Amino acid sequence: MNHSLEVRNLHVSIDGQAILKGFNLTVPKGEVHALMGPNGTGKSTLAKVMAGHEDYTVESGEVLLNGVNILGQEPDEISHAGLFLAFQYPMEIPGVSIANFIRAAKQARLPEGEEINAIEYYKDLYAKMDALKMDRKFTARSLNEGFSGGEKKRCEILQMAMLDPKYCVMDETDSGLDIDALRIVSEGVNHMRSENRAFLVITHYQRLLDYIVPDVVHVMFDGRIVHSGDKELAKELESKGYDWVKEAFATASA
Amino acid sequence: MNTSLETSTKTLSAKEPSWLAERRSAGLDQFKNLAMPTARAEEWRFASVGKLSIDNFNPVAAPSSATLDALTERSNLVSDRAGLMVYVDDAPANFECIGRELAKQGVIYLPISEAVEQHPELMEKYFLQESTELGSQKFFGLHAATVKAGAVLYVPKGVEIEKPFVNYYWTSGSRAAVFPHTLIIAEDNSKASVVDIFFSETEENEALNISVSNIHAGANAQVFRKVVQDWNEKTVSFQLDTTVADRDAQVKNVAVNIGAQRARFENQTRIEGAGADVKMYSLTVAEGAQEFDQRTFQTHNAPNAVSDLLYKNALLDKSRTIFSGLIKVAEGSQQTDAYQTNRNLLLDPSADANALPGLEILANDVRCSHGATTGNVDKEELFYMMQRGIPQRVAMQLMVFGFFEEVIEKIDSEELVENLRQLIHQKFSSKIS
Repeated sequence: MNHSLEVRNLHVSIDGQAILKGFNLTVPKGEVHALMGPNGTGKSTLAKVMAGHEDYTVESGEVLLNGVNILGQEPDEISHAGLFLAFQYPMEIPGVSIANFIRAAKQARLPEGEEINAIEYYKDLYAKMDALKMDRKFTARSLNEGFSGGEKKRCEILQMAMLDPKYCVMDETDSGLDIDALRIVSEGVNHMRSENRAFLVITHYQRLLDYIVPDVVHVMFDGRIVHSGDKELAKELESKGYDWVKEAFATASA
Repeated sequence: MNTSLETSTKTLSAKEPSWLAERRSAGLDQFKNLAMPTARAEEWRFASVGKLSIDNFNPVAAPSSATLDALTERSNLVSDRAGLMVYVDDAPANFECIGRELAKQGVIYLPISEAVEQHPELMEKYFLQESTELGSQKFFGLHAATVKAGAVLYVPKGVEIEKPFVNYYWTSGSRAAVFPHTLIIAEDNSKASVVDIFFSETEENEALNISVSNIHAGANAQVFRKVVQDWNEKTVSFQLDTTVADRDAQVKNVAVNIGAQRARFENQTRIEGAGADVKMYSLTVAEGAQEFDQRTFQTHNAPNAVSDLLYKNALLDKSRTIFSGLIKVAEGSQQTDAYQTNRNLLLDPSADANALPGLEILANDVRCSHGATTGNVDKEELFYMMQRGIPQRVAMQLMVFGFFEEVIEKIDSEELVENLRQLIHQKFSSKIS
């Protein structure tokens, strides 16, 4: 079996407008890859398409988890296949508590007729909340409703930790975080790094990568990856700015 | 129904005091003289009145004792209670009377017929004296003429009872017409809680319900009434409920509407004392071809009072809901806070939610608001939940429970809440796909 998240020659459009234009990427298990690039270059589109969002039209290409194409599957099937998307803007779900929400997500992974063990579930939930420095009282609060930016992102990491996915796609997890929240969130992610898990960290800023140190950094521009390198590439981008990317690769992609 | 009506009214009246016989007779006249509602009447706007037929239903003979026992057994939503009454097709099935301690304090909890015999003055003052004026006067007349089943709760001044009184009204027989009645009189500084539950024996027994409930809350009294309506979908139901709140009274109504083929619900609240605070909460799960028709009227006849109404409806399939509410603030009722909110969640594009909110304000220093919103399931919320691996059907259920949570959390009993969740869950576990 191929232990990787692999995107092959992906072309995606929305309302007739091409957004991803031959996107290729392979993230093997055990590695953390960062995907950087200017706004409007298709990073969030990539994340949503991989998770099965229905608004996008896949013109061609594949997204493979362990060698199996997941495009065309329902979002819950993709989730069960092992892909987790930490949202840039997590939705607020009024009246649905964090505890019940995560419980429903875990329950959905059990075979028909098998019930989740409530005692173990709460033990696990509380331990992970403690690690993320989340108040245990949050379990009873409506999911993301009235949460600050930092609380929402911590809640995303909590869900990720509870669902134990093999492929984690994190979309702009650093946006809206102060430095303390950034450190806590990064610790949560680093704690989950393992040989059996791959991360794709989508970010606009290099700052996050000081905390979550990537194995590979990709630069995305105009719907595809235009340049890849090691962690130093992120620093280079930071100092030169995205204008450098535009100048260097605009001609190439034209 | 008309043929046997005169006789049954006369039979009832024969053993009753004259004031009651007169009220029955007036009710009968009202029923006969008023025309059936038409779709043209504003009070019945959007309702499918053409399908409204009450002719095929009649009061039926008392069910077998086996049926009475079986349904008493099933009357188990609330185990911790101060008293219990169970009726089946308006026949008494079970009665757990109040304990000696409450009786000593002067609390009365009796079936209507016994209350009329034992406390005629109290009953003359309160029984059949309040009715909604929202379009169902004809049906109220029929209720007054024929009512024999129901619970009377009287709580004297200063007596506080924490545990609820629980009344079950079942239908069982073929094409049974039932006329349940709950009368709650809470004197000054008293506290009482009542749960009224409407159930059908099977999914198939056709029935007509015309029920009336009247709450009289004295000065600084606290009354909490919960209503669970889960008739089968062969039932046509009219629930005509009123509340009269005196000075500083606090009244809370929570209605859970699940059943019936067509359910007309009228609620009229009169604030007669300064500082009163009346809350009206309702949640409705509509599915199939069900129609829930809700008409409300909040009247403020005194200053510094609060009335707050929140009705939430979730609609599946081709179901329909109608909400029509009016707030009226009388001249001189300054510093009134009156709110009316109707929220509809459409889970199917062919469902139909209608809202007619209204205000009539004759005072100049008030805070009033009314609003109605109708929305669909949020696609992005659904995507978010499904991304976590939750199947669409379960995600929709979670969203509906989330939508209702604001109302469910008003119910103070864990046991009842859990039982209600089960009822709602059963209702649409097979429906949302």
